[in-house]
Amino acid sequence: VRGHYRILLGMAAGVGKTYRMLQEGRQADEEGRDVVIGYLEPHERPETATLAEGLEVVPRLRAPHGDLRLEEMDVDAVIRRAPELALVDELAHTNAPGARNEKRYQDIDEILNAGIDVISTVNVQHLESLNDSVAELTGIRVRETFPDRILDEADEVVLVDLTPEALQERLRAGKVYPRERVEAALTNFFRAENLSALRELALREVAEDVEERRQTVVLDALSRQAITERVLVLVTPEPRSQRLLRRAWRSAQRLGAELDALWVRKPGQELSDEEAISLAALRRLAVILGAHFLEEESDDLVLTVREVSRERGTTYVFVGTPDESRRREVLRGSLVSALVRELPGIDIRVVANRADRQELAP
Amino acid sequence: VNAIEVILIVVIFALILVLVWPRLRRPRRPVAPPDARRILLPFVGNLDPTVLAAGIRIARAENAVLVPAYLVIVPLRFPEESPLKAEVEVAMPMLEAVEHAVLRAGVPVDARIEKGRSPTHALQRLWAVEHFDRVVAPAPTDGGGFSPKDLTWILANAPGETLILRPRPEAEAERVRLAG
Repeated sequence: VRGHYRILLGMAAGVGKTYRMLQEGRQADEEGRDVVIGYLEPHERPETATLAEGLEVVPRLRAPHGDLRLEEMDVDAVIRRAPELALVDELAHTNAPGARNEKRYQDIDEILNAGIDVISTVNVQHLESLNDSVAELTGIRVRETFPDRILDEADEVVLVDLTPEALQERLRAGKVYPRERVEAALTNFFRAENLSALRELALREVAEDVEERRQTVVLDALSRQAITERVLVLVTPEPRSQRLLRRAWRSAQRLGAELDALWVRKPGQELSDEEAISLAALRRLAVILGAHFLEEESDDLVLTVREVSRERGTTYVFVGTPDESRRREVLRGSLVSALVRELPGIDIRVVANRADRQELAP
Repeated sequence: VNAIEVILIVVIFALILVLVWPRLRRPRRPVAPPDARRILLPFVGNLDPTVLAAGIRIARAENAVLVPAYLVIVPLRFPEESPLKAEVEVAMPMLEAVEHAVLRAGVPVDARIEKGRSPTHALQRLWAVEHFDRVVAPAPTDGGGFSPKDLTWILANAPGETLILRPRPEAEAERVRLAG
């Protein structure tokens, strides 16, 4: 039986993940469980070192690397020791060259497969899918990353939270880094705006994880697919698409759905000045509405819509009232009919121009 | 089938086509010529119907496209590019109503929602990417309009002719009089 995996997630170094991991380890130890420290990064923090006292530490593996002697977790030793619970710090860590596994999360995987429970720690900036966002927010590209599936596969993900002000206070008090590094840290990565942004990312990540787990428990994959709505609106670079995108957004809001706006550009299509302005305005509106603007190049509108719908998990397609003439409709077929035919299981909604309603009056 | 019968069939078809064709035509939307002038009608919060009517009249007289633009103010606590669900929910029905009124009047319309830290910032962003031949700006009223400071800025910075409309000068004068 695979061990139970609990990950303590933080926004940055110093929020107290390692401390919390040791606290939980000590508590388990006091409750009579067999606990070992598989790997601990003491970071020269006296409080952390004190908390680790009394817990059994599995000796590390020493790997020569040039003039350095690197120390890594001895996975085999941990598995041989066969405790009930192993504490393993910093799951995103990259092992020394020559180690059996490149990354520590792979080591942890082996320990879990041996039926040992694991508590581990990681900072949100190491999450692969957030790498670009973190680089944009902080100006720092994080090299040690781990795949998102690690969080998905963990049995529990717990946020270790601290306000940016409190973390800066800990930093100034020398509780995170040695005093000579504090000033540089405060003016670089640990700026209040960076920490706020990272905190938001961490909070959101855990919130999404909670939502995901709630749905997984309640629903199977098929029924989840059935209730998760996603709206796709087909736009063209012309003024009426503004209205179409706004109407689709309102419906998406009511459905609690994500909104994608798709423009299918004909290969080699040159835009007039008016069309270019309309397209830019549509993109700006998509940003304001929080919609995803997609642009695809294709000769076949219906086929492209089908492909995009499949990729994005679309459940509703919104189109404007087609401009095609009756003659064209008779000769070449109607766009709406083609969409209905090619998109089985997807609702098609033709958005009318409400201003035309008066013309229906007798 | 002789020649007379063929002619008869053709005539019948032609008659059917003439009678039925207008019913099959889709309602035509007002469409602006490619080089049409563009008239910007920006507003924050509310748009006085008198100002809208004036904007429609001006656009119709000039065969122009009317661009009603709802300016959304992004509070400083949010990043400038963040989606603004709550604000847009207010803007949406308002802009839709304005758009319908313009279309019903037979005037081409190209509505916008633009955002910025202030009304003038939103306008600046809009002017940076789009050309307008004329700006129709509502003066302050109870329900909306630009502040005198913003109007001064618009007059100094607008990229085209600027028209400042006082929707109900008599009501404003009464308000000032009552305020003492």
